[in-house]
Amino acid sequence: MITTAPAPSRISVAAHVDEPGARFRDLLGAEWIKLWSLRSTYASLSLIIVSAIGFCVYASLADYRNWPSYGADRRSFFDPIRDAFPQQAYLFVLLAASSVGATAVASEYATGLIRTSLAAVPARRALIAAKIMVVAGVMTIVGAIAAGSAFAISQAILSGRGAGWSITHPYALRATAASALIVPVVSVVGMGIGALVRNTAATIVTTTAVLLLMPFMVGTNRHWEAVLNHSLPVMAWERLIELPQFARFDGPYPASVTGAWIVFGAWPLVAAAVALIAVRRRDV
Amino acid sequence: MIELREVTKRYGATTAVDRLSVTIRPGHVTGFLGPNGAGKSTTLRMIVGLNAPSSGSVTIDGTRFADRPRGLRHVGALLDAADVHPGRSAYAHLAALATSNRIRRDRVDEVLAEVGLATVARRRIGEFSLGMKQRLGIAAALLGDPPVLLFDEPFNGLDPEGVQWVRSLFRRLAADGRTVFVSSHFMSEIEHTADHLVVIGRGRLIADESLADFARRATAAPIVVASPDSGRLAQLLAGAGARVARGADGLLTVGGLSAAAVGQIALTHQVLLHELRTQQPSLEAAFLELTAATVDFTASPTEGETR
Repeated sequence: MITTAPAPSRISVAAHVDEPGARFRDLLGAEWIKLWSLRSTYASLSLIIVSAIGFCVYASLADYRNWPSYGADRRSFFDPIRDAFPQQAYLFVLLAASSVGATAVASEYATGLIRTSLAAVPARRALIAAKIMVVAGVMTIVGAIAAGSAFAISQAILSGRGAGWSITHPYALRATAASALIVPVVSVVGMGIGALVRNTAATIVTTTAVLLLMPFMVGTNRHWEAVLNHSLPVMAWERLIELPQFARFDGPYPASVTGAWIVFGAWPLVAAAVALIAVRRRDV
Repeated sequence: MIELREVTKRYGATTAVDRLSVTIRPGHVTGFLGPNGAGKSTTLRMIVGLNAPSSGSVTIDGTRFADRPRGLRHVGALLDAADVHPGRSAYAHLAALATSNRIRRDRVDEVLAEVGLATVARRRIGEFSLGMKQRLGIAAALLGDPPVLLFDEPFNGLDPEGVQWVRSLFRRLAADGRTVFVSSHFMSEIEHTADHLVVIGRGRLIADESLADFARRATAAPIVVASPDSGRLAQLLAGAGARVARGADGLLTVGGLSAAAVGQIALTHQVLLHELRTQQPSLEAAFLELTAATVDFTASPTEGETR
């Protein structure tokens, strides 16, 4: 039963580990496989595109049908951007987009897969950076498809009444870009929260509360409240799709477009930094 | 080769691993034994850098594992068969791991065939039994053809055929000159697989020796006696200085006396015996004896909980 020790000459396995250089793009490839091998990804991405297009068609058709009954005043104030990007649509879009990011990180911790992943890739920050880049990249494309289609379809419907805009309209381009980019922005926010909370359900609840409920809880009448309100990604998106003639409804402390773009950049950067720091320091 | 030097891991007031120093050498299957909660899993996680030691150093072939950018070609680890995403197929799981370490894709098919999962490779892992997940975890450990392999409780959930297969696999890996480190809390799982043992209890090293040396620790075998008058016999034996335990089946287990002495006492006092035999010394018994002092009786609420 007691086996003899193998001859030293056979211990060559340990001596020569032929290893190709570590490449970041291999990590991107792995995260790409991980993303597309889960059914929930297809469901969430479909939900984003279907709800963005569905609600915009619904809103545009309603205005198309009712257009003859609109008076001159209403027609002059008509906002074709609102038909392209209705709030109801973006409630679903943002919920699904933030869940994709939240799930991508939190489910890895919750299932224990993170231990398998980190035993294969001890370079923890590179692993998380690759995951963020793949999710953010895919979500940017999905956001562009959703927002671009919603804009094109809604304006095609409204053009039947002479009320549609071309994408070359300066406000149309800004609104469409913001509506596309809010998708990766909230998904990266979800990833940052996922790296902190590490439990899938709790992450989705927290992310939803931060992104979708906070805007209802923070007013705009006092200065500090207005600053906080304008710092929320969803409020920044609202500002970026808003036409200038509606700015007078914004209260005593209106948000600036530049500020809104900064919010769009700051949230994902902070969330990514949080995810990178969290994965670096903690035991798994 | 895995080297642990004075490794300590604390979680708050609890010390999970306590100044553990041990070297796991290539060319052997080294069994890693200890009761539940002895610190085996924590130690294995520290070896692959998932948990950072509070103090001390852990190196594999001279390098801290966490300092390597990619791991699969250096260490293959099955730490917990449940460390997978249940929604992903076995193939996708391994393909992602292989891609991250720049391992060619046909290696995925090779390891799936080697562990016997080729026909279910496209099924979701959530549908797998524990035994199938163990096989998948072993496949992942083999992906990079590494010189060092770690397995935490790999026999859990395996059927007898699977246990046989895993044992021969481990021996084959060791015969290749690899370092194979296998944890278990059952000696019976390890004694037919390992040729070297590392035993810990409460995070401390208890034994680090060959299986042959360990076998010599198996102390003087106890005597088993069956008698219709076992209550009286037990008193007589205890009176003669023996340690006597009475099992639920009425059998007496006697330590500290030889079988001859037990027979003599029975004859002298006219006690009828139905059975008198010497138990084979077992590694399991030696293991239990060695670790008995370190087993955590977690049911006791007085220790640690109340302060």
